[in-house]
Parts: sequence; C-alpha cells; structure tokens
Amino acid sequence: MRQLEQHPHASYTAAFASSLLDPERATPVAVAGPAGKRADKRYNVYRNNVTVSLIDALAAVYPAVQRITGVDFFQAMARSHIRATPPSSPLLFEYGRDFPAFIEKYEYASSMPWLADTARIERAWLDAYHAADAEPLTPAALAAVPREKLADLLFTTHPATQIGRSRFSAVTIVAANRGTDPVERIDASMPEDGLITRPHCDVVLRRLPPGGATFIESLMSRRSLGEAAASALEISSSFDIAANIAGMIDAGAFIKIISGEAR
Amino acid sequence: MNAGNQPTAAAAMPLRFPHSIDGLAGTSFKHEHLPAILAEGPQRGFFEVHAENYMGAGGPPHRALETICRDHPVSLHGVCMSIGAPQPLDQAHLARFRNLVERYQPALVSEHLAWSTHENTYFNDLLPLPYTETTLAQVCDHIDQVQDAIRRPLLLENPSTYVAFAESTMSETDFIRSVARRTGCGLLLDVNNVFVSATNHGFSPLQYLSEFPLTSVGEIHLAGHAEQADDEGELLLIDSHDGPVADAVWKLFETVVESCGPIPTLVEWDSKIPDWKILKAEAAAAQAILDRCQAIAKSKCHAAA
Repeated sequence: MRQLEQHPHASYTAAFASSLLDPERATPVAVAGPAGKRADKRYNVYRNNVTVSLIDALAAVYPAVQRITGVDFFQAMARSHIRATPPSSPLLFEYGRDFPAFIEKYEYASSMPWLADTARIERAWLDAYHAADAEPLTPAALAAVPREKLADLLFTTHPATQIGRSRFSAVTIVAANRGTDPVERIDASMPEDGLITRPHCDVVLRRLPPGGATFIESLMSRRSLGEAAASALEISSSFDIAANIAGMIDAGAFIKIISGEAR
Repeated sequence: MNAGNQPTAAAAMPLRFPHSIDGLAGTSFKHEHLPAILAEGPQRGFFEVHAENYMGAGGPPHRALETICRDHPVSLHGVCMSIGAPQPLDQAHLARFRNLVERYQPALVSEHLAWSTHENTYFNDLLPLPYTETTLAQVCDHIDQVQDAIRRPLLLENPSTYVAFAESTMSETDFIRSVARRTGCGLLLDVNNVFVSATNHGFSPLQYLSEFPLTSVGEIHLAGHAEQADDEGELLLIDSHDGPVADAVWKLFETVVESCGPIPTLVEWDSKIPDWKILKAEAAAAQAILDRCQAIAKSKCHAAA
C-alpha cells in the first residue's frame, strides 16, 4: 500500500468514503441537505452509484458468468465481492482479477464448480482485448525455415496470447455463453484447455487438443520447438506436431521466430 | 483566464486545437455506434471519449478511436483523475492521461471537479468536496500538475451534487472562478449539472449561471437526468445520463449560448444507450441552437458595419 502523507484536510474523503460500501454505517455527519434537510437518501445516491457501477463493471468483464447465473444471482455475488475487494485502480478493465478466486469460495456457487474457470477464461479474454498490438507470424515466415533448423527455433509470444486450463469444460462453456444464441446442454465434466489470442482486431478463443497447452506454454517460456514438441508428446502420445503448429500460427499466438543459432 | 493574476505557462496556449471544433455540437462516442457513424461518412460534429477507456495498451478501443479521429474533432474527457481529493495525484494515471493527449491530439481535454479515489480504493463515482481555502489550494495544485503534464489548459467541469458540506466557506461558483483565475484552466460548463444541483440544493440555476465565470468556458455539456425523492419526499434529481436532455436544460443552454456565443457543446448519453439516430438527433438539436446564435451574431455584426 502506498504510504500517504497525513494531510490535515484528509478528513472529508475519509469520512465520506467510510460508509460508501457499507450500508450498515450511518450517513457521514459532515454532509447535509440544504436548509437543514436530511442527507440519508442524498448520500445513498452516491452509495448506489458506486455499487451499481462496479457491478456493471464486473458484468462487462464476465458476461458469460452473468448469463449462466442469471442477473439477480450475479448482482448478489458481485456485490459481495465489491464490498470485500473494491477496485484499487481507476482502470475498470483491470478490476475483478480476484473475482474468479472469490467465485471458487462463494458458497452459493458451490453447485457450479466450473464457474470459477469460466470466469478465468473471460478475464483472459479481456486482457487479450486490451493487449498491445502486434503483427502475427505468417505461415510463409515459418515455411521459409529449412527443415533441419526447425527443432531449434524459438518463438516470441504475441502480447495477447494466453492459455487457460480447466478441470472442467470451461472453454466450451465460455464459447457458448458469450453471445446471445441459445445454449445446448453442455457436459461440464470434460477437462479442457483453451488458447486465447487476438490475431487482428478480434479476440479468438479455441480449444486445444491434448498436449496443445503444454506445447504452447513451452514455446511461450522460450523453449525450442523441438523441446516443446517433446513435452507435448509426454502428455499425449497422439500429439500431432504439424497440426498444432498450423493451429497456433493460424491463431496468431506468436509474432516472431528466432533461429536457434541466434540464442 | 482573466487578467490580474499570474497566468501559468499553460494559460498562454490556445484553448482549442487542430481539427476545428468551434461552434460544433457533438456526442459521446459509443463503440456500438461506430458502424452507423461510418456508414454515414464524415459528419459535421465532434465526439467525446472517456480517457480511461483508451488506457489499455492496444486492441479494438484504439482502432475505433483512430478511425473516428481521422474525420472528426475529438474531445478527451477524463473521469477519474480525482483532482478534488486531498491525496497526491496518481502519477501513473497522470502519465497515461498525458500519453493519450500526445497520441490523439484531441481538440479539447477536460476533467472533473470531484474525487473518486481515497487511499487505495477507487470508487468509480464523481464524489463531492467542501469548498474552502484549503481545498481550493489543493485543487489548484492538482490542476497545475495536470496542465504541466499535458502542456495545455485543462477544462474543469462543474459537478452535479446531492449533498453539501457544513465546512464549506465559499460558493461553488466562487470556488470555480478562483480555480480558473489561479491556474489558467478553462471550464467545461455542464448545464445539466447546474440544473440538477440547483434543484437538489434549492438555488436558482440562472443565478448560478450569472455568477459563473462564463468567459472561461471552452465546452458545454448537456445530458439527461432522472427523478427521485429526498428524505423529505421532495424532488431529488439524479445526473443519470440515460435519456434525452430535459426541456428546462435546453432553455438554460439557450440562455448560456446567447450570452457566450456558440461554444462546442456535447450531448452525453452513457447508460441505456439509444440507437445512433436518436443520439444524433439530440446533437442536431444542440447544433441548431448554436447555428442560430452564430447567425444572430453575424447579422448584428452586419448591422453594426
């Protein structure tokens, strides 16, 4: 926490802020209506603005979670989270990073064990949306690399690229609930990994085959193509190297290749 | 902006910047309207964006803003600098704000007379402050810092409020006039805020406007408000930005424009956002008033010649 110098006049913000997120606390005595009018309902306008706008901010980050739980459930859950963890940054797209962990422990959501992972993928989706711009690697750039040099290649990750791993079918759940189309019944019990990228303007979420997440995570942590493929094959003997390379290039997950010699 | 006090370096620079915005009406820029706006081609008018929505590193928000900036003047409106708080400005936030000003060269740059951060908590609302010599000094200090960072004058917006502070020792208009005089900042006169606060605190909006330093106004805001009741069951207006501009606010706007001329005027609409053609019609209504004022001013000029 930033150390603030004690300001002799800090009292008005401290007093005003103290009751904003706590409906049990009284209206600050420093505020009043005109001509001796009371200020309870007046102060409540600020309370309401704060809480409702922050609920809306969470709903904007987590639309699939809200669609799944319904608006009333989501608002109650969001309200609890806001009181426990209000924003610390004025950038609302940074708010709610702790919301997935909060959902995991929220007792009324315990019948939806996949909901926290759903939120994690939505959080990654928003981070990809705001990530820095970069031109994705083209298939031609990779095709130009001589075969014998492929195994030593290193890759530079696109700023938007993220991997989401779930013990549940969170990728399918997010993909089905981000829009407004009707959602078919989903078997939530199938573990899924997802790749989140933004090759151009739009964020893309795709499911990865077994071994795919390990493969891309290895490349993201600057291991060579050969090492990454070996790790993926340890996870799944059916791992298809060519198909996974094509998939990650198509998704725009990386922006540059560096030959092993340049290491 | 008046003579008599030491102007800061920022005050020596013009209030308005390239892509002339003079005499224009504009609207809040909402991404859902972009396809409709582009389909119409370049329009007469300007767009205002909330600075914080463009403080991410990249992605679609910047693409949208770049697109709209190509053909229209843009106004950059900050909503969470927390200028009215006693604690120091968030320097990282100020740097982001400065970078946006540099990158997009907006025609107007504005912020609020309000606070939104206390210690490390950001409340996402424009919260009120008492008007005293102490708060005046701290607001001026914060505006000096902002203007030093962006190297141009800021337009400071008058707030809409629901409560008053017992410790206030001066009126809002005296406070704002002193801020403008000491810092050389310009003002953003939100006419809806004047009407909302006047109703909520039982003063006359015309009286407020007569005491407001209109010569420093570089932009006007118009917006819709909602009605609630206070503890005594009397009317309490909420600055909701979720509907059309009220008739009483249009009347006040005409009065302001008649006395200060066709100042760039923005119709804000931030919640329950309507189709583009409805928002555009609100801006067209404001433009008609600005144009009429311009025409009258010209004919007076001719008559005098």
